[in-house]
Amino acid sequence: MMTELPQQFQEWFAGQGWTPRLHQLALIEKHAQQRSALLIAPTGSGKTLAGFLPSLIALSERPKRNDKRPAGIHTLYISPLKALAVDIERNLEKPVREMGLPIRIETRTGDTPQSRRDRQRRNPPDILLTTPEQVALMVSSKDAASYFDSVERVIFDELHATAPSKRGDLLALNFARLRRLSPRLVATGLSATVREPKELQAWLSEQKSGGNFLADLILAEKSIAAPPLISIMETEERLPWSGHTCRHAAKEIYAEIKKHRLTLIFVNTRMQAELVFQLLWAINDDGLRIALHHGSLEVSQRRKVEAAMGAGRLDAVVCTSTLDLGIDWGDVDLVINVGAPKGSSRLLQRIGRANHRMDEPSKAILVPSNRFEVLECRAAVDAADAGEQDAAISREGALDVLAQHILGMACAEPFDAESLFVEVTSAQPYAAVSRKVFDDVLAFVATGGYALRSYERFAKIRKDGNGLWRASNPHVVQQYRMNIGTIVEATMLKVRFGKPRGSQFVGGKVLGEVEEYFAETMVSGDTFIFSGEVLRFEGIVGDSILVSRAAPNTDPKIPSYAGGKFPLSTHLAARVRTLLADEGSWKTLPAQVAEWLMIQQQKSILPGSAEMLVETFPRHGRFHLVAYPFEGRLAHQTLGMLLTRRLERARLRPQGFVANDYALSVWGLSDIGLRETREPGFIQTLFDQDMLGDDLEAWLNESALMKRTFRYCAVIAGLIHRNFPGQEKRSRQVTMSTDLVYDVLRSHEPDHILLRAARADAATGLLDIGRLSEMLSRIQGRIIHKGLERPSPLSVPVLLEIGREAVSGEAADALLAEAAGELIAEAIGE
Amino acid sequence: MQQTAITPPACSSQELDQAVAVIRIAGYDLLADPSGALFWPEERMLIVADMHLEKGSSYAARGQMLPPYDSAVTLASLTRIIARYRPARLVALGDSFHDTRACERMEVNCQEALKTLARNVEMVWITGNHDPEIPSMLPGTRLHKLAVGSLMLRHEPMVREHVLGSRYGEIAGHLHPAARIVTDRGRTRRKSFVSDTTRIVMPAFGAFTGGLNLLDPAIRLLFERDAFEAHVCGKTRIYTIAPDKLRPD
Repeated sequence: MMTELPQQFQEWFAGQGWTPRLHQLALIEKHAQQRSALLIAPTGSGKTLAGFLPSLIALSERPKRNDKRPAGIHTLYISPLKALAVDIERNLEKPVREMGLPIRIETRTGDTPQSRRDRQRRNPPDILLTTPEQVALMVSSKDAASYFDSVERVIFDELHATAPSKRGDLLALNFARLRRLSPRLVATGLSATVREPKELQAWLSEQKSGGNFLADLILAEKSIAAPPLISIMETEERLPWSGHTCRHAAKEIYAEIKKHRLTLIFVNTRMQAELVFQLLWAINDDGLRIALHHGSLEVSQRRKVEAAMGAGRLDAVVCTSTLDLGIDWGDVDLVINVGAPKGSSRLLQRIGRANHRMDEPSKAILVPSNRFEVLECRAAVDAADAGEQDAAISREGALDVLAQHILGMACAEPFDAESLFVEVTSAQPYAAVSRKVFDDVLAFVATGGYALRSYERFAKIRKDGNGLWRASNPHVVQQYRMNIGTIVEATMLKVRFGKPRGSQFVGGKVLGEVEEYFAETMVSGDTFIFSGEVLRFEGIVGDSILVSRAAPNTDPKIPSYAGGKFPLSTHLAARVRTLLADEGSWKTLPAQVAEWLMIQQQKSILPGSAEMLVETFPRHGRFHLVAYPFEGRLAHQTLGMLLTRRLERARLRPQGFVANDYALSVWGLSDIGLRETREPGFIQTLFDQDMLGDDLEAWLNESALMKRTFRYCAVIAGLIHRNFPGQEKRSRQVTMSTDLVYDVLRSHEPDHILLRAARADAATGLLDIGRLSEMLSRIQGRIIHKGLERPSPLSVPVLLEIGREAVSGEAADALLAEAAGELIAEAIGE
Repeated sequence: MQQTAITPPACSSQELDQAVAVIRIAGYDLLADPSGALFWPEERMLIVADMHLEKGSSYAARGQMLPPYDSAVTLASLTRIIARYRPARLVALGDSFHDTRACERMEVNCQEALKTLARNVEMVWITGNHDPEIPSMLPGTRLHKLAVGSLMLRHEPMVREHVLGSRYGEIAGHLHPAARIVTDRGRTRRKSFVSDTTRIVMPAFGAFTGGLNLLDPAIRLLFERDAFEAHVCGKTRIYTIAPDKLRPD
């Protein structure tokens, strides 16, 4: 039997010229049956409205109360993005207003002033739109139990984006607490198309021992829209070998903007956004209204851009993933993706922004920023045409997040360890956590969890007379609330004109902010582009980067990280390999690229799709080995580290390596190609799978990457407090101390819970070990070696990335030895 | 020198030669050890600066549960270099304790190890800003500064003009110098001695002590421009590096 909309709603739908969609009705029915459900629907299919309809109906039918006491929150809507909640408010208010429903809707984000939060506590709205961090704050407050007992529905929007992250872990834990506080709670998850819906269905359901419990699944009817029209931009200019600026394509992008009503230009990083924005304005002879939208802009400025978009007062917006997720801006008729999209799911999401209506095809143009990206864009278009998804979702909940949550629960109310354990393991990411691990995390929260039990008297949480754990003092609660959340932001430094004068400086206008790690890569005299100017780096004083204007016509040194932060997805990598191997398909590529591949074929080899090419050649007095696994930067970095260790052991004196998404290059003082000639099969053994054993362990322990991972875990878990403006504590000082803490912990308690958390993070996220392992097994016996006299065409992009990786361990000592050697050379007058 | 147990030297003299750097100030030769300690062979004196013992528990008391092993690590390192150099005198150059109650919080074994250490050499505690009072349970002499020959040992370095105008060279700590080196092959940041012909600023010896870039004016202005050397602590040896190879943070 089909559910029907109440009269009032039917009329409103009819007034809009709409008929309710099947998935919208299905969700209403699920709510009536008190069943949690996952709705998977493409963007533009009325997903948002579908999510809210059950609440609107329930609230419109709610009997009037006699007393004046507020009824409490009925529906909690949780979105990963602040901008999204703002937009939803606008979309939601319309039906409420037009039907005259007695429903109060409010938002609470990190930007909501305290006075308004206080008022929301005293007089809660019917529907509260908020973020995962705010939920954590509210759930850990003392009055959480009374504040949430009225909640009947929780809506998780963009669940596919939130769930596979530490934010998702924290949200899953708070969701478990919400289920306890309001037993009538029905959950709705809204998601774009995913590879495995069951993963999200499990996330939405309470887990108990004896099975994997799933929320119901509702699939929206197949899109009636025409397939998206995706093309790759051809340019007149020469395609760069490497880099991510897309300078060469500015003219063509500009021409497309002119042809369309509203163009969204997606880039992968904030720096890229800045750059593309400047490139476009530099040629904006028609005075087109081109705006910029990214995460480090002032909130008010972002809101202004969003409002201008909504009102149709813009021609184009250059944006990062801050606009990635389901915001329905209506009039967008073209999406341009600058750089390679790195994964087909992300591409499909972004394309979904154009013509947000079911009946018109989405239109998108990909702009590759270098030659390899052309291949990747081609592969992404093919994947999108095939409707392929690549994002994996399921993950084991992070233990540092669990530590933060346990402290939060003690701040809310005293808890019994056993019942909190049951609650925590009812959250899908934590379903497999053992009581032993839970107790270890609990001990960590209380006293650091060290075998040497010397911190009992400083314990942050303690068992009281009733055996319940409670926060030791109000200071602990205050610290918890200041350190909440799972996003460890890079410390930002102000960019301002000025010259260092000792510990002071004279100057200067503030231009904006950049991440501290970007500043770390620069030395005095380096040039970079920011807010549209080429600037010369003068030095860092306090929290400011001091800069001067560079001489006219200076070429800026563009930071290498400005490229993809996202690694190439596995599915796209396989497609790129196939494309390379299939000469017949090159005709779909720009002529320059096809030519490049042809020359590669003449000078070296192009590997078959199941093979891996390894080239060796001398360059600048060093011997290089370049391998082309196409497995993404992370896996390549790991591989580079492991290869370097192996070459060291073979006494082949490696000196360094560099990796990009497609290839890696290792260089040193010995000729590996010669070794292969003398000892055929040597290179094959270099890539033996056993390198993931002891080598990995030994390297991990020393790596700078591991130390950084440890620092993030330490911050999330509350071992190290976050930095706050005004504290005058720069993150470098924290880096120093967490590195030392890491070393001490590793030698004294190698099994400490935080080391376990950091290792798990490193293995899954940062090192891509799973992927590397699959690759190593795939290429066994399939390595093609080619010894060359000089670099091959294919190797040029990776060689151009040879730069400034931080080194540690033996390599760092070698670096010191080199500097000392130079000092000696100077002394003896060489 | 009294020693309760005979410990063999940790390494041969040849290895030692390769590991250390000789720093000559005011006519004396001192050996900079990669651990961050300084040995003065003529005086058989070992000097360590800024141990910051119990920094971990000091943080723990304020809600950040840093591991409680820093004192043990620092003292083990100290024990090792004492075994290596067999000094007659050990000078702790101030900020030996992270705060005035550090010794009370210290594990009993660490307290005992520290007492034993201090008993087996002629111990001199120079006071620092973190430890204006040295715990009474510990043997040894307490001083604000110590003059040996024409060198003055103190916690906080004097401004450059005062050292130049004085008849003493100076060995001081307090500033935790660290060197940052950037080449086209990579970059690294390590603790470091800084010296010219009249003074040495020592790196911090403690396990949890961070570092201040030695190009920071607080350190740099103690030396004449580019007329100083950084003796950078590598894993197993000291690397002496000229100013033009050093980078600010």
